[in-house]
Amino acid sequence: MILPALRCPPLILSLSKGHKSAVFAFLSFFLSLLVVFTSPASADEAALRAIIAKFAAAQNFKATEAVVQELAATSDPAVERPLAALAEGDLYFRKSDSAVFIGKEAGQAIKLADPLTSAEAGEEPKAAVTKIKVNNALRRSIRDALGGLTLGSPDANARIAAADTMFKTPVAANVEALDAAIAKETIGSVKLKLEQARASSVLVSDLPEDEKLAAIDVIAGIGSRDALSLLTGYETGAEGALKDAASAAVASMNSTLALWASAQNVWYGLSLGSVLLLAAIGLAITFGVMGVINMAHGEMVMLGAYTTFIVQNIIRTSFPGLFDWSLAIALPLAFLVSGAVGLAIERGIIRFLYGRPLETLLATWGVSLILQQAVRSIFGPTNREVGNPSWMSGAFDIGELSVTWNRLWILAFSLAVFFLLLFVMKRTSWGLQMRAVTANRRMASSMGIRTPWVDALTFALGSGIAGIAGVALSQIDNVSPNLGQGYIIDSFMVVVFGGVGNLWGTLVGAFSLGVLNKFLEPYAGAVLGKILVLVLIILFIQKRPRGLFALKGRAVEA
Amino acid sequence: MRGTFSTFGKFLFASAVAAGLGLATPALAQEETIKVGVLHSLSGTMAISETTLKDTMLFLIEEQNKKGGLLGKKLEAVVVDPASDWPLFAEKARELIAVDKVSAVFGCWTSVSRKSVLPVFEELNSVLFYPVQYEGEESQRNVFYTGAAPNQQAIPAVDYLMNEEGVERWVLAGTDYVYPQTTNKILQAYLESKGVAKEDIMINYTPFGHSDWQTIVTDIKNFGSAGKKTAVVSTINGDANVPFYKELGNQGIKAEDIPVVAFSVGEEELAGLDTAPLVGHLTAWNYFQSVDTPENTAFIDAWRAFTKNDKRVTNDPMEAHVIGFNMWVKAVEKAGTTDPDAVIDSIIGVSVPNLTGDLSSMMPNHHITKPVLIGEIQADGQMETVWETSGLVVGDEWSDYLPDSKDLIADWRAPLSCGNFNVATGKCGGKGIN
Amino acid sequence: MISGKFFAAGSDRRIFVAIVLLVAAAIVVPVLNVAVPAGSAFHVPPYMVALVGKYLCYALLALSLDLVWGYCGILSLGHGAFFALGGYAMGMYLMRQIGSRGVYGNPDLPDFMVFLNWKELPWFWYGFDQFWFAALMVMLVPGLLALVFGWFAFRSRVTGVYLSIITQAMTYALLLAFFRNDMGFGGNNGLTDFKDILGFNVQANATRSALFAASAIALALGVFVTWLIVSSKFGKLLIAVRNAESRTRFLGWRAENVKLFAFTVSAVMAGIAGALYVPQVGIINPGEFDPGNSIEVVVWTAVGGRGTIVGPIIGALLVNAGKSWFTGALPELWLFALGGLFVAVTLFLPKGIVGLWDQWRDARAQRQVSVAAEAGTDIDPTPPKIGRAQSGAPTGEWAKPSGGPEPQPAE
Repeated sequence: MILPALRCPPLILSLSKGHKSAVFAFLSFFLSLLVVFTSPASADEAALRAIIAKFAAAQNFKATEAVVQELAATSDPAVERPLAALAEGDLYFRKSDSAVFIGKEAGQAIKLADPLTSAEAGEEPKAAVTKIKVNNALRRSIRDALGGLTLGSPDANARIAAADTMFKTPVAANVEALDAAIAKETIGSVKLKLEQARASSVLVSDLPEDEKLAAIDVIAGIGSRDALSLLTGYETGAEGALKDAASAAVASMNSTLALWASAQNVWYGLSLGSVLLLAAIGLAITFGVMGVINMAHGEMVMLGAYTTFIVQNIIRTSFPGLFDWSLAIALPLAFLVSGAVGLAIERGIIRFLYGRPLETLLATWGVSLILQQAVRSIFGPTNREVGNPSWMSGAFDIGELSVTWNRLWILAFSLAVFFLLLFVMKRTSWGLQMRAVTANRRMASSMGIRTPWVDALTFALGSGIAGIAGVALSQIDNVSPNLGQGYIIDSFMVVVFGGVGNLWGTLVGAFSLGVLNKFLEPYAGAVLGKILVLVLIILFIQKRPRGLFALKGRAVEA
Repeated sequence: MRGTFSTFGKFLFASAVAAGLGLATPALAQEETIKVGVLHSLSGTMAISETTLKDTMLFLIEEQNKKGGLLGKKLEAVVVDPASDWPLFAEKARELIAVDKVSAVFGCWTSVSRKSVLPVFEELNSVLFYPVQYEGEESQRNVFYTGAAPNQQAIPAVDYLMNEEGVERWVLAGTDYVYPQTTNKILQAYLESKGVAKEDIMINYTPFGHSDWQTIVTDIKNFGSAGKKTAVVSTINGDANVPFYKELGNQGIKAEDIPVVAFSVGEEELAGLDTAPLVGHLTAWNYFQSVDTPENTAFIDAWRAFTKNDKRVTNDPMEAHVIGFNMWVKAVEKAGTTDPDAVIDSIIGVSVPNLTGDLSSMMPNHHITKPVLIGEIQADGQMETVWETSGLVVGDEWSDYLPDSKDLIADWRAPLSCGNFNVATGKCGGKGIN
Repeated sequence: MISGKFFAAGSDRRIFVAIVLLVAAAIVVPVLNVAVPAGSAFHVPPYMVALVGKYLCYALLALSLDLVWGYCGILSLGHGAFFALGGYAMGMYLMRQIGSRGVYGNPDLPDFMVFLNWKELPWFWYGFDQFWFAALMVMLVPGLLALVFGWFAFRSRVTGVYLSIITQAMTYALLLAFFRNDMGFGGNNGLTDFKDILGFNVQANATRSALFAASAIALALGVFVTWLIVSSKFGKLLIAVRNAESRTRFLGWRAENVKLFAFTVSAVMAGIAGALYVPQVGIINPGEFDPGNSIEVVVWTAVGGRGTIVGPIIGALLVNAGKSWFTGALPELWLFALGGLFVAVTLFLPKGIVGLWDQWRDARAQRQVSVAAEAGTDIDPTPPKIGRAQSGAPTGEWAKPSGGPEPQPAE
């Protein structure tokens, strides 16, 4: 399929309406003639280039669209490259001679390449070239055009993509092309997609009714939102038996989708719960275990997020190849940064306030103001960009359940952090010491435990955990000085709801609040849902004044 | 008893006196300058948006001083921090006018902060320049609205989607506060007047700083799968936009399928975001950093030199301050004094170049003329203009699409001098009885 | 010398002084503002009147918190909610007073309802055109909320930090609720653009002075009432509940009723503070429900010294004056100063400014006692005072051995 013309020199470009010298024009014309002679396929190519050259003259989107249609009408697979470039906004023309190129930004210059062959064609400063503008409507028509062109592509994924596009934008004329493609297709999954695309095109064609009924069955079998969208759209214009069939299909699809919707709510609830868990888990240590009302907890999360930002910044400028590893690199650093700040706070302030838990609230509130303002002074008040590594971008489908990768990773990550923490608390000697100090400080001290150090390290651990939560939260939220403020109240609710001093309580608390919130949201709306959750927490605390999992023992009753 | 007064009483009085003295000190500075108040939050939730505007004002004042100041005097900026606390806005406004004796104030971002300071400006008769797009439904003698009214932003954007993208089904998503509520009311009335059915409009409100958008994005997706071309009109407030767009990108909602047009997302907000998945989503403003005019290039260069940051972005409210400040300067020169009454009279009709290559004028309703640009978000975080109005649009303070305000106009010129003149009854003061 | 003796005589004297000062301010300041010409050195500018009037409302709020936190050991992180509710009740009255002077000229509906297409006044706005009704609501709404909330919470023996967190949840839920435009309270913008109160223009100087005087008198009354409560037998009970709730209960007292009473009275005081605050600042909006605001109230109280009645007043005045000054003088850095102040106060002034004063006075008194052991005077080196007892840490599950006045490391 690859044309010999791909190896042609970029000289041919002078066919475009430039102001080159006549000699040069003649020379290039001669050369292109030569090419025409040597390669039969390039007869088309010259024509293609003539069409492509029209992009430079197109004054508005309508004119550009006309050129796109003209290119698409050639049905030549070679137009895929310039069209795709146009959709990406990478098509330029040179101001001096109106020659059209594919351009890539390289610093202050644009690297040019031939639109058909993508052979390199030198560089031009940004001011010397003009970008050919695209908008959504153009992108859509390019996508549709490419859909038809890539139906015969050797790449199975490209064929699937083409089939999907044709499915969503049915045109009667596609039926023939699809029939041909189905006949040729060998891979089962691709064939299925092609048949679905054919069914959608059949609906808008003037084929007989029984063929259309079969098509409705095929589409109803898909059961997806797109299929529903297609059939709902069709239903309004249909008549007689077709309308009935479409209505029945729509109704049955709707009921299936309703089931999926509640599955979706559970997933969203778990996902929200994992965010709450991450935000609260550090607090479960500093507040739950140590009894410090740490209002600066949110700022520890924020510091973790900013650490991620710094790491990504360094990676972007110095080691772009490592970008996918940025979060892994940021994790230990965020733990250290937040942990160190936590240690400093404990040693500098909190250790003087043990025994006065409510006053830690005031001091840490002051600390949180200082940290916020410090970050604001250093990094500025605006949001900072923290990118998603490729493995955290996008989504995949389980049936009609769309699961985004970043949410899935965050869920997994929150559970990993939770169990790691549980392990530290229950299975290491440090954890034993921590629990001993919590249970009875004096006795622990007389057993030879250095309680001040245990305190300091426990606080540092809680802060460090908050820091790594910040790494994860930077993936879904703003990285700004206000980041921590948004989580502090929710975190306290989770810890108190779950039961102070109990890690399992925090886990159950976070997930049940998350799921509850997400089940209320569709009925009550986001705002009212949140209010209802708060009211329920207040009522719940009346019922169980010490939370879901109350800690038992002498220290608690005091 | 007297002894008590002398020692203990100091506690109470000391605080009051300390406050009084402290606040009074700036007023003792040189008398030779003209003072300009800058009332933007530098801390709290709004610092994210407003800090840039404070810098813009400092920049403009420095530039003006380089040109020799105003009326032969230097300008001096008085910066205060109202800390995103609305009653504090009123207190600080009072301080600027009464204690610091500023000649004009440039400030506020949210509607509530403007509402909070309005009575202060009215009482002490000073001038406020308000640079942010807002819901309209207001025209006050002491305030000049240099941001967009709904007809300078929302309605053209909807027109564009209807005509160019063929949108038939609408999601109006916003943060639950007055600007989105009013804008959506206006849009709803407008869309219905264009024959859009009620069931084709979905309105959704979320709290400030909403960060979990999974459910809502899914709702939008579902709403969009009814076989009609769907678009989202977003009046979501600054901070909540980043997680919203991240969720859109991750759930794979492409601009070609369901475009989102936003009125509160500018270059600043996008700077905190990887915009690659958002290419093609739309914004409607009166200025983009990418606008290719000599004025804009010169402004960006000077601004970057001033901030010593060659990546610093510009945005629409900044341009509004540029226009507002230049208008004030021109009006003061015209009046020959900074006296508010004189400036309020002289500023109407003043035209200054905006950064998009036209002349913006101050209209009698204290709103200005602006072009409307629709831009598509690009991978580099900039907007690319895909459509613009052929001429300038006059800000319409009282919307024609709300039943109670369609008969109202504002005209602050001498004979009428009214912010809510009812053309139906011929009376100033709204609807009158009934 | 003389003053030292006065103070040594006990803190009742201090209450008296505070009341006298406040009443004096209520008379003197308006006179100096209205009657003295603007050029005079004695003239109090209207700007100061508005500012200090606002601080006095904050002081009343801090005092109300002191009653429950300082004397009863209930750390409420939601006191801002009662303040805001009182403010909203007053705001609704002021809105109705606008009448047909709103921008749309609608005689019944406030402007925000007109442009959101409300057709008639919601039922909960009825009656607010009458001042007596609004004034009643100012006390009734916060009081009732506190009564119901407290009844549930105290009966279930929700104490310590759990109580603090659910009060925070309460104010947060109210914040979100009042943000909703559908609630009919003006959403985020709240209630604003007030014209007059009881027929007087709210922007007029005389009205402002009168409001200042009203705030000072209300604060004086608040001080008096709080003093009455805490110095009565019931006050002893409050302190008993604070210091050892279980013990009090075992002695046969109903601790929950004691707390409920204090909590309700305190909420009513906070509501009055809010009602006086609104006409002076000219706006009430959901921002007042912000949990951060309530924490700030706790900070004022702590800075001044909790459990001392005058302490919270001093704290509120000082911190707010500092905030006003810093936000003007150091707009970029004031949060550092404020944050640093909180940390420093908790570390070095655990009993606040008044506590520091007491300590100094006690030391002096002790010296005097040792020098001239006068018979007949109260020579107890630690006289029973209203100030919080040495073992002042409120009960909670971490009521560990109390920290002394000096910063001390953990054991």
